Amino acid sequence: MSRRWRRALRHPAFVVGLVLTAAILGTAVCSLVYTPRDPLLMEFAARLEPPTAAHPMGTDQYGRDLLSRVMRGAIASLAVGGVAVGIGMGVGVILGAAGGWLGGWLDEAAMRVTDAVYGFPAVLSALLASAVFGPGVLISMVAVGIAYVPVFARLTRASVLSLRAQEFVTAALALGARDRMILWRHVLPNTVSPLIVQATISFPLAILAEAALSYLGLGTQPPNPSWGLMLREAQNFLQLSPWYAIFPGAAIALAVLGFNLLGDGLRDVLDPRAG
Amino acid sequence: MRRLILRRAVAFLATLFVVSLLVFTVVRVLPGDPALLIMGTEGSPEAAAALRRAMGLDRPIPVQYVEWLGGVLRGDLGRSIQYDVGVGRLILSRLAVTLPLTVLAAVFMTLAAVPLGVYAATRNGRAGDYVTMLLSQLGIAVPSFWAGLLLILLFAVRLGWVQAGGFDGWAAGLWSGLRALLLPAFALGVVQAAILTRTTRAAVLEVLRADYVRTGRAKGLSERTLTWKHVVRNALLTIVTILGLQLGQLLTGSIVLENVFYLPGLGRLALGAISARDLPVVQGVVLFVAATVVTLNFVVDILYAVLDPRIRYE
Repeated sequence: MSRRWRRALRHPAFVVGLVLTAAILGTAVCSLVYTPRDPLLMEFAARLEPPTAAHPMGTDQYGRDLLSRVMRGAIASLAVGGVAVGIGMGVGVILGAAGGWLGGWLDEAAMRVTDAVYGFPAVLSALLASAVFGPGVLISMVAVGIAYVPVFARLTRASVLSLRAQEFVTAALALGARDRMILWRHVLPNTVSPLIVQATISFPLAILAEAALSYLGLGTQPPNPSWGLMLREAQNFLQLSPWYAIFPGAAIALAVLGFNLLGDGLRDVLDPRAG
Repeated sequence: MRRLILRRAVAFLATLFVVSLLVFTVVRVLPGDPALLIMGTEGSPEAAAALRRAMGLDRPIPVQYVEWLGGVLRGDLGRSIQYDVGVGRLILSRLAVTLPLTVLAAVFMTLAAVPLGVYAATRNGRAGDYVTMLLSQLGIAVPSFWAGLLLILLFAVRLGWVQAGGFDGWAAGLWSGLRALLLPAFALGVVQAAILTRTTRAAVLEVLRADYVRTGRAKGLSERTLTWKHVVRNALLTIVTILGLQLGQLLTGSIVLENVFYLPGLGRLALGAISARDLPVVQGVVLFVAATVVTLNFVVDILYAVLDPRIRYE
């Protein structure tokens, strides 16, 4: 273990982040094989119950166990977050690398497109796409992902531009290496670190975006559990059962907090300029 | 300077063009037949054909785009299928809620973030700094719509001080309108304040390291004069820039918050239009908000260059 990692592990915020993230990931994996109850099982006799020993977080309006639903809801958040960041990074890296390496009108066009996409926060693209294709979890993944294309594209472009002027790239060019080969073997590997750092910033934001979209009814659809969707349903029962609105929201906040703290620590480790 | 502004303006117009192209493409080109989409499964083929002709969908796509864009530039965003009025007029009427909500949220955000950020920076490394940063870390993690729900839970359900949502319109009086916007603006502003607090802190810390601050201190200026007259003033440029960029996020955030508090703004208009399959309205709202965000970014960019003589972009 390098000195940077050891230093990170002595940092309380990083450790809290690590624990929270591990707990969320553990919960998500665990919920695939075990939840206290079936998250989809409706028990009409036990509707909107307060937290009890049988239902530690209470039940929803159909008598479904909230703890089980909050546990299973972690999967939707992590999956949408992961896929969205993947889309944003994949498309962004291609646009940024092509623009930065080739330059000229292609670069200009790529930058205009990313500027335009920057004007579409996830909520807007999701609104537009849902109007056309109907709301769904796939729409929310793509909408959140597209919103991240500009930041990854700009980051990659900046790295590629600075690397292109480096001597080892000039040397590779002089040796007759092809463009694609130089990009793959010499340029892109050197941009990985800032990309990972950006991914750690984007991932918790994607969790927040997924929650907001599901809350609006544009993401995960019922009866599947998602934290945002649960809050949407809980809003109708604020008077009767306030805890219904508290647990899913706390789950979102803890997940985002955990990934943010972990990301801060990773940034210290991966980015030699910071800290 | 003039060349810089001109170049940015050209890029800005090109960006707006791409925005319009994206919105048009998603609605008119990708899904196949908007007429069928609007009518759903109930429409007869004849009715769909008539609607297609009325919407001009039987003409080549580039022609459709040019006509649509021409209309948009004249302020004609099409007609709402659900309400049978111009989309532009609908948007303007709903802005009467969304705009004050966004501005009020920006006020809350600034009032909370700037003093906190300055405080944290001047206490750098001490308890006050850590507590502020901890709070901002929590603020970033809390979704604004959940903050809104919690505020309703506390102030409407528990304490009964305010109603849980709804908006009686500005005709019912300025105070009645403002009161309906207070909680949502607070929920929206406080969450965004977490980000601005961090930026303010970083900007102030940066200035605190400058030589002239040390000089000021050496010649015996009080810490308060030094902080507010010399440090904050110089950090203001960065703070205002970030604030400007956050306005766009507040605008889209208000779309979500309007649904928490049942406010008849742009967000509820768009969501209602989705369930009613009112494509022109969704298209109009999305185009309007996206163009506003892009314009805000452009204005901030230009202001930044105008205000700071050191920045002249190569």
